[in-house]
Amino acid sequence: MAAIISDELANETAPPRPHRKRRSYPVWRWIILLLTAVYFLIPLYAALRFAGIASFGDVVHQTGFSDALILSLKLAVITTVLTMALMVPTTIYVHLRLPRLRRLLESITILPIVIPPVVLIVGVLEVAPGYLKSTPYLLGLVYVILAMPFAYRSLDAGLRALELRTLVDAASSLGAGWLSTLWRVILPNLRTALLSATVLTVALVLGEFTMASLDLYQTFPVWIVAFDQTSGPVSTAASLLALFVTWLFLLLIVTVGGRRARRTGGAQVDLISVTRRDTVR
Amino acid sequence: MTAKAAPAAAPGSVSDPGAGPRRGWRPALRGARTLAGVVPFFVYILLFLGIPAAAIAVGAFQDPDTGQFTLSNIHTATHGIYLHGFLITTELSVITSVVPGLCGLLIGYAIYTARRGAILRRIAITASGVFANFGGVPLAFLFIATLGTTGLATHWLTAIGFNPYENGFNLYDLGGVALVYLYFQIPLMVLIILPAFEGLRPAWREAAQNMGAGTWQYWRRIGGPVLMPSFLGCLLLLFGSAFSAYATAEALTSGTIPLTAIQIGSFLNGNVLAGQQNVGKALGLGMVLIIAVLMVFYALLQRRAARWLR
Repeated sequence: MAAIISDELANETAPPRPHRKRRSYPVWRWIILLLTAVYFLIPLYAALRFAGIASFGDVVHQTGFSDALILSLKLAVITTVLTMALMVPTTIYVHLRLPRLRRLLESITILPIVIPPVVLIVGVLEVAPGYLKSTPYLLGLVYVILAMPFAYRSLDAGLRALELRTLVDAASSLGAGWLSTLWRVILPNLRTALLSATVLTVALVLGEFTMASLDLYQTFPVWIVAFDQTSGPVSTAASLLALFVTWLFLLLIVTVGGRRARRTGGAQVDLISVTRRDTVR
Repeated sequence: MTAKAAPAAAPGSVSDPGAGPRRGWRPALRGARTLAGVVPFFVYILLFLGIPAAAIAVGAFQDPDTGQFTLSNIHTATHGIYLHGFLITTELSVITSVVPGLCGLLIGYAIYTARRGAILRRIAITASGVFANFGGVPLAFLFIATLGTTGLATHWLTAIGFNPYENGFNLYDLGGVALVYLYFQIPLMVLIILPAFEGLRPAWREAAQNMGAGTWQYWRRIGGPVLMPSFLGCLLLLFGSAFSAYATAEALTSGTIPLTAIQIGSFLNGNVLAGQQNVGKALGLGMVLIIAVLMVFYALLQRRAARWLR
């Protein structure tokens, strides 16, 4: 991936390719992209029309809305803190001390994609002790597993773009302890990767429906579906709100990550690592 | 701990320049200390992924009442409505990987041929990233507002004399779900196929042109074969993405279509016949096995694709 993007960057400054001279924006390309745009924009427009502007104001006053949103936000905080506390030290440690484990870690972090959320939650509810099953925060603990592939890929890409060994050696030769090296040298250099891992985790938790609905807790997406029985327009408005918030998050990483990657010449965040794939579906 | 330490104790495995004389237990101890840093991660994985997965694998072969080994769960899961579920899920996944695969290929090519850095290209790539993340509950509601019985597009189509619901379309059946899946599968395809297009070096095209090849010959002999492993790999990813999807179909149809993921979910909702409590686990095991096989093929295709795309 990194190679491909730097290739692109190199080409951007290179003179235009000779074969491009003979084709200047052919019509077919515009037709394809236009049709695509129509297909993707009509449902958005229809939902806006169906919800109506008034519903957006109404959403916040509905019964259950604030409880559901607060539960989702709490889960997002728990998941993000746990994911970071687990993945950041582990990934840095593996890069520094156990580089041979990187391939193993990569395969393990792919596992949550092989085991779909609907299957994983069956297993979790089977083995979880009663005191965990009776609290919604069990979901937060399991979401850490769902977030792992994305968190790991972001952090791994960020670390690979760093001269980690050199940074750590420099810091320790200047007398920094490992904590201060981590806090003042490595983490600031990983800002983009940390941001993207955080945003992906938060977006994932806020959108997760499968596990929450099967565990019978009313998180925000579960509430949206349940509330549809009462008012379709309000549910549609809530869906649109959820989408816009997620998009803002994603655009944030794409723009911040893109700018940094251009400045440093490395490819820290690519759009593929921004894709949550099956976890929310 | 000691078992884990064994491989790390091999000479040269620990790159610590200040190492003292190596007596028998010393490197082993240090290896153990080195591995200690990854213990929290592995413990967490074991607790929340390993044990639940094992519970499913074991439960699939267990009689729910006696706990005895049995193949009856597997038998039930591969017959009747559950076999039908696997077939329907496979059918849906094939449709929603091949159609978006071809659309995404076309759109990806349109983006690829646009000038690098052009505004159109940037918008298209960002939009793909955004729409590929679109799924689950909100997407279902968008389509209900668009193509539901009272949806806007339904209204438009009826106004021009084509009521989709009188012509065999139904948003709440398999065809409807497939249509909704296209909405996130197409941009996902665009995103994952673009790197493959970017890997086609202009020099190859120039070399082909210098030797007198036309556009068709270039794609037939060079571009196509280079892209093919990536394209097939992308199809597998799309297939997996559709195969394990649950939320969109559940929110759209309230669980009325017989997809395997929804059938597994219904075991948790308590719609279970006596003695069949473990069939859900057998279904889950089946799903995991199918996706695992896909991932193996995907890894093989990726390796093949990597030969050219560096």
